[in-house]
Amino acid sequence: MTYIAKPKFHHPGLPKNELGYTRRDYEGKISTLCAGCGHDSITAAIIEACFELSIAPHRVAKISGIGCSSKTPDYFLDNSHGFNSVHGRMPSVLTGANLANRDLIYLGVSGDGDSASIGFGQFAHSIRRGVNMTYIVENNGVYGLTKGQFSATADRGSKSKRGVVNADSAIDLVAMALQLGAGFVARSFSGDKTQLVPLIEAAIRHKGAAFIDVISPCVAFNNHAGSTRSFDYVREHNDAVNRLDVITGRDPITVDYAPGTVQIVEQHDGSRLALRKIDADYDANDRVAAMTFLQKQAARGEIVTGLLYVDPESEDLHSHLNTVEAPLNRLDEKALCPGSAVLEKINAGLR
Amino acid sequence: MSVQKPISSVNDFVVRFANVNGSGSASANELFARAILRHGVPVSPRNIFPSNIQGLPTWYEVRVTEGNHLGARGGTDMMVAMNPQTWDKDIASIEPGGYLFYDSTKPMPASKFRPDITVIGVPLTAITNSTYSDPRQRQLFKNIIYLGALCALLDMDIKLVEQLIGEQYKGKEKLLSSNVHALHLGRDWALQNLKCPIGLRIARADKVGDRIFVEGNNAAALGAVYGGATVCAWYPITPSSSLADAFTAHCKKLRHDPETGKAKYAIVQGEDELASIGIVIGAGWNGARAFTTTSGPGVSLMTEFIGLSYFAEIPAVIMNVQRAGPSTGMPTRTQQCDLISCAYASHGDTKHVLLFPEDPAEAFEFAAQAFDLAERLQTTIFLMLDLDIGMNHRLCRPLKWDDSRQFDRGKVMTAEMLDQGREFGRYLDVDGDGIPYRTYPGTHPSKGSYFTRGTSRDRYARYSEEGSVYADNMQRLLRKFETARDMVPRPLQANAAKPTRYGVIYFGSTSPAMDEAIGLLEQRGHLLDRLRIRAFPFHSSVASFIADHDFVYVVEQNRDAQLRSLLVNENGIDPVRLIPILHYDGTPVTARFIAGAIGDHQDQLKVTPLRKVKT
Repeated sequence: MTYIAKPKFHHPGLPKNELGYTRRDYEGKISTLCAGCGHDSITAAIIEACFELSIAPHRVAKISGIGCSSKTPDYFLDNSHGFNSVHGRMPSVLTGANLANRDLIYLGVSGDGDSASIGFGQFAHSIRRGVNMTYIVENNGVYGLTKGQFSATADRGSKSKRGVVNADSAIDLVAMALQLGAGFVARSFSGDKTQLVPLIEAAIRHKGAAFIDVISPCVAFNNHAGSTRSFDYVREHNDAVNRLDVITGRDPITVDYAPGTVQIVEQHDGSRLALRKIDADYDANDRVAAMTFLQKQAARGEIVTGLLYVDPESEDLHSHLNTVEAPLNRLDEKALCPGSAVLEKINAGLR
Repeated sequence: MSVQKPISSVNDFVVRFANVNGSGSASANELFARAILRHGVPVSPRNIFPSNIQGLPTWYEVRVTEGNHLGARGGTDMMVAMNPQTWDKDIASIEPGGYLFYDSTKPMPASKFRPDITVIGVPLTAITNSTYSDPRQRQLFKNIIYLGALCALLDMDIKLVEQLIGEQYKGKEKLLSSNVHALHLGRDWALQNLKCPIGLRIARADKVGDRIFVEGNNAAALGAVYGGATVCAWYPITPSSSLADAFTAHCKKLRHDPETGKAKYAIVQGEDELASIGIVIGAGWNGARAFTTTSGPGVSLMTEFIGLSYFAEIPAVIMNVQRAGPSTGMPTRTQQCDLISCAYASHGDTKHVLLFPEDPAEAFEFAAQAFDLAERLQTTIFLMLDLDIGMNHRLCRPLKWDDSRQFDRGKVMTAEMLDQGREFGRYLDVDGDGIPYRTYPGTHPSKGSYFTRGTSRDRYARYSEEGSVYADNMQRLLRKFETARDMVPRPLQANAAKPTRYGVIYFGSTSPAMDEAIGLLEQRGHLLDRLRIRAFPFHSSVASFIADHDFVYVVEQNRDAQLRSLLVNENGIDPVRLIPILHYDGTPVTARFIAGAIGDHQDQLKVTPLRKVKT
């Protein structure tokens, strides 16, 4: 539990970012998850990404549902407001929070049970609406807190720790997100921090719904032979289509790439993504091709990772609703209340 | 031949229109009601409609009431029978001596009528067919033609109706003149061929005053605009959808930045009620005033989130336009049946604040106030409307707003307060009223952040499963509910002319029927003090009112006496002293029903002692 105090002091030489914060300023409470849990690696990657982007920690709202993954917002960004809401309902709570104040950064953390089972509907509709958020699913194919039942992302034919073989088809959240119109779709692996950190950074900089499915093995209930979410299985079947090397501001990209090996994507806020291609034919701007490719690879048992799709022109819910630039939660009586003279006119129209 | 004398009444009768829904009759019928209002005569109309779009029976009832009795009366003095499907039932429902108005184009056998009523036939189809060729025009203008004929029969001032049509079609000259033409077609036919006026008449009066004519849903939506709601998330459900629609329409007119044209509001139609309340709670957590509109089935779906709002202390407003349950129940019929499900919504020990407006004017006031209460108390506030108030036009006092009024944003700790060194504990009861301070996300770089959760936590929002910590928090929530008791609208008491041992408690849309019933009961010699409850938790005056009377009738529109249960449960009152008067067939309660039920009970109480009988 979280009553163990974490010492605040740190080495004076610890690197600082543009805001003068060290990595330690992005940490949270001590994790209560199992030793070796993939989710803790994702927590570390979020800390790293926020530090690298020089985000003021208190300008992030971290919102989750219920489950092991949903506990993790307590373990990073201690100076952010967090909200551990209702099982499967993180997307609606995040949507409402985002409507109230468009100036904060919204980080939604969920699990495969939370997003693909009980909360499948809310996952889908928040993506459809283009809520400006980074939606991370920490996907281990299993219910950890209730001791090892399959979730809806478990592959058909995979075996549980108790030896039960899953007969149901798996839901691929990445394929769903693509189909539902997400502006940014990526998949990564909790064991591959160098791939994951830049993806989180790019997702945070993205305007609109950015979805990242992170395969995150459950060391307690889903890391055995016969599982398709174990560390070994994922390492063997990880089919990375690209590596996101750098994210820059408006500065020129200085790294040299051989021609045709890199795809540069400029995002809405001017930030640029340099995607080093591993699969030379993969185009991260082609939604339809991405969907086809995913289906083909999935049929072969491969887990496709990388930045799978990005729409640099994507819009968000606030642009659809044409809301004012000022956060709605800051509008006062003067801005919101039409006053008695207007009411008199309304009364007159009702006689 | 009938010996029944035709009903004769000026400005006090009920006209009922039997139509087929989707036939365009609604606007003509509403025009009829408004035209009577323009005579200075109060009306109380009610739509009785099916859960259907086209083809099923629908009725529109207009109670003409110079005496200002705005509740449903029951019975029909004049039936405008335009629907062959319901003909037999409609004819049977006419009061003896009443009137039947029908389309006489096609001859009807005598067996289809009643000898004790006055039958008025107007060949509406023949008139329309000889005037119009377009089928849609034929249908729409037929409605205006019968309106014209009614004007002649009821002796209405045609100029007032023309004026109304003029206002309605302002700038649309072609529609205006064709409607006026149709109106005169009907009126002229009636004047030439029928004995006008009949026994029922409209005479000019001065009984409307400055009152307005508005639906409760519309007024509540305006209340949300005036109360500063910026986020509305909702899922369509009868009878609440028109509230969200009205909010959308008002915001389009009143809430756009004049310079940029941008919206100072966000309205999202959720994928279901769970998403709707989730959005409301997310927005409330983040400091925006947010609400959802729904009905009973929606509340059932929302209950998990309502518990979160209670326990994690997040402001939310739910406008529940009640309809007859349980399950899908009767979606287009009225009831006051969600008191228990809202008062104790969600698992575990929970209690919520309920507001009971009696009419659109109070719906406006309470809707605006609900946002202040939600932020002050940091919890869910239910605005308990029902179909009768929500979806019918009701004559009520004009809406009022005090321009000096400020939103009560509740206890919010700012960056300045944190920098001044104010201690912040999210669940710390600093003032003894059970209400802690909160911070909005993003307030301060290093102070005031906290983790919101539905799990148990200590006063500083740290996770805890310690029994004493949990109990401490639950006790504070009770203290907060006690604080709410004195913040919510107080009950209103009206005493009988002479002291009496009997009282009556009622709430919400029962109000006009109750007021009228008091008069009827007085005529029977029964005096009652009355108390209109306007909110839950109950103010202390409710318990004293009950204590001051031997018996108290509790009038409500549900089967299980839900308000009575709350009174017994929350105030420890002996149930024997609370006599339930229950009306729950989905129609609005009437004065006749209340006076009948209470009167019969009172008569039973008045046992004449045996010795008096002997002497």
